[in-house]
Amino acid sequence: MKFPVEITVNGVKRRSEVEPRLLLVHYLRDVLEITGTHVGCETGICGACTVHLDDEAVKSCMVLAVQADGCSVTTVEGLASDGTLDDVQQGFWEEHGLQCGYCTPGLLMSAHDLLRKSPNPSAEEIRRAINGNLCRCTGYQTIVHSIQNAAQKMRAKKPAAAKQVQPAKLRTSKRKREQRRPATV
Amino acid sequence: MIPSKFDYYSPATLQEALSLLSEYGDDAKVLAGGQSLVSLLKLRLASPRCLVDLGSIGNLSYIHEDGADNLLIGAMTRYAEIAESKLIAEKCPLLRQTALVVGDVQVRNRGTLGGSLAHADPAGDMPAAILALKADLKATGPKRDRWIKSEDFFLGMYATALEANEILTEVRVPVLNDRQSAYLKAARRPSDFAMVGIAVCLKRAKNGTCEDVGLGVTGITDKPYRPQHVEAKLRGQKLDPAAIGAVAQSITEGIDVNGNIHASPEFRAHLAGVYLSRAIQAAIGS
Ligand SMILES: Cc1cc2nc3c(=O)[nH]c(=O)nc-3n(C[C@H](O)[C@H](O)[C@H](O)COP(=O)(O)OP(=O)(O)OC[C@H]3O[C@@H](n4cnc5c(N)ncnc54)[C@H](O)[C@@H]3O)c2cc1C
Ligand code: FES
Ligand code: FES
Repeated sequence: MKFPVEITVNGVKRRSEVEPRLLLVHYLRDVLEITGTHVGCETGICGACTVHLDDEAVKSCMVLAVQADGCSVTTVEGLASDGTLDDVQQGFWEEHGLQCGYCTPGLLMSAHDLLRKSPNPSAEEIRRAINGNLCRCTGYQTIVHSIQNAAQKMRAKKPAAAKQVQPAKLRTSKRKREQRRPATV
Repeated sequence: MIPSKFDYYSPATLQEALSLLSEYGDDAKVLAGGQSLVSLLKLRLASPRCLVDLGSIGNLSYIHEDGADNLLIGAMTRYAEIAESKLIAEKCPLLRQTALVVGDVQVRNRGTLGGSLAHADPAGDMPAAILALKADLKATGPKRDRWIKSEDFFLGMYATALEANEILTEVRVPVLNDRQSAYLKAARRPSDFAMVGIAVCLKRAKNGTCEDVGLGVTGITDKPYRPQHVEAKLRGQKLDPAAIGAVAQSITEGIDVNGNIHASPEFRAHLAGVYLSRAIQAAIGS
């Protein structure tokens, strides 16, 4: 039994038929073959699979692809434009925020979630914001520096916009679409 | 890790969701934020024949006042929304204090108030706050709604007073003036479940004594509970460290305290007393 889903991934509308039990992370990696998002624990602990779902960081191993129907997803591939790293990626590059890089795609997405809400976070705030992302290499110190570096870059570019804090919007409706019934019933 | 197969429905209305539950009975599971259920599916600790996703039902996510000194919160309201709501910060800071320490950002962006209560994890954070606030929970069934007191809602390990054909749709929290509150949680790491979590909502009289208090306790036994005997002992007391300390240890009186790799029963009972003292002091300082 497959379901049609329409998910906008990194700005591109993708239509697929998926089994309801398919996890979003497997949809991204195996169906769309967008493999920047990593799979670590598969149990919701490590955060390696973090992507943005409608602009908020979520663990894509904890979401079914059918739950993302009608939503937009941003993965690490959606950050750089024309081969130029974005500010958060550049911050990680400059401050050695990675060693093996396994945790990095997820950490970049969590860092973006934080910096959207809090443009000038303290080290303590950064540590709290990334507590859902495990890194076995760096000891986190350089990751905190990387995010501070990125925050500085982003503030320098957009001093006015950086002051805005966008609270989570109450979702009145996740998506507008006709209700779905299993094809076989 | 791949869940076993299931039928998936994403009904647009509550009525439709309820009729699916009636149709499938025990073979159906409601899907809210998925932050517990998707794990259970992957580990195949749950293999329902049918998932009823509440995500497309538009009117289950809201926070507003009812005009009779209550806050009404839709079951699908997410932790992140509770943590960032101005209305909650102003009228019921305990919910914000609690939502902010659940798991991590990613979990708070998806997990819902209704899901955390219906799941009834013995170490869940929100249940403790809901108990301390003496909130009521609205169960919507195929024929009618009924209100369940929070202290009657949690029945045991992952067990609640909800029937298989009912959906938790709303939480009603009394808004009481001049309350002070705190939620304190002892965990090995910040994103872990509580070894002990204590929610306090109290009102002090002009002379500083305790006029009224609500307590919620999680992480200790098979279900979150409200220690009414401790509330009774605290009422009328001066809230100085000695007076609080004198009653604090009775918080696990008559309770079968859990032990596991994180904490032995003795240590957990000790922590409960210490965290009750600290939570009351944090509330006074709030
Ligand atoms: C890494 C990680 C860390 C976590 N840390 C914490 C923590 O520190 N503290 C904590 O309290 N929790 C923690 N959680 C659990 C989290 O809070 C879950 O979000 C919550 O327990 C379930 O809410 P949900 O909306 O995701 O529900 P789901 O996972 O969708 O559902 C959970 C259960 O409740 C039922 N259900 C859901 N909504 C309803 C409803 N409206 N009516 C009837 N039944 C319903 C479902 O059928 C299912 O059985 C953590 C989870 C993860 C993955
Ligand atoms: S793979 Fe998703 S949290 Fe580890
Ligand atoms: S860089 Fe190796 S896990 Fe983080």
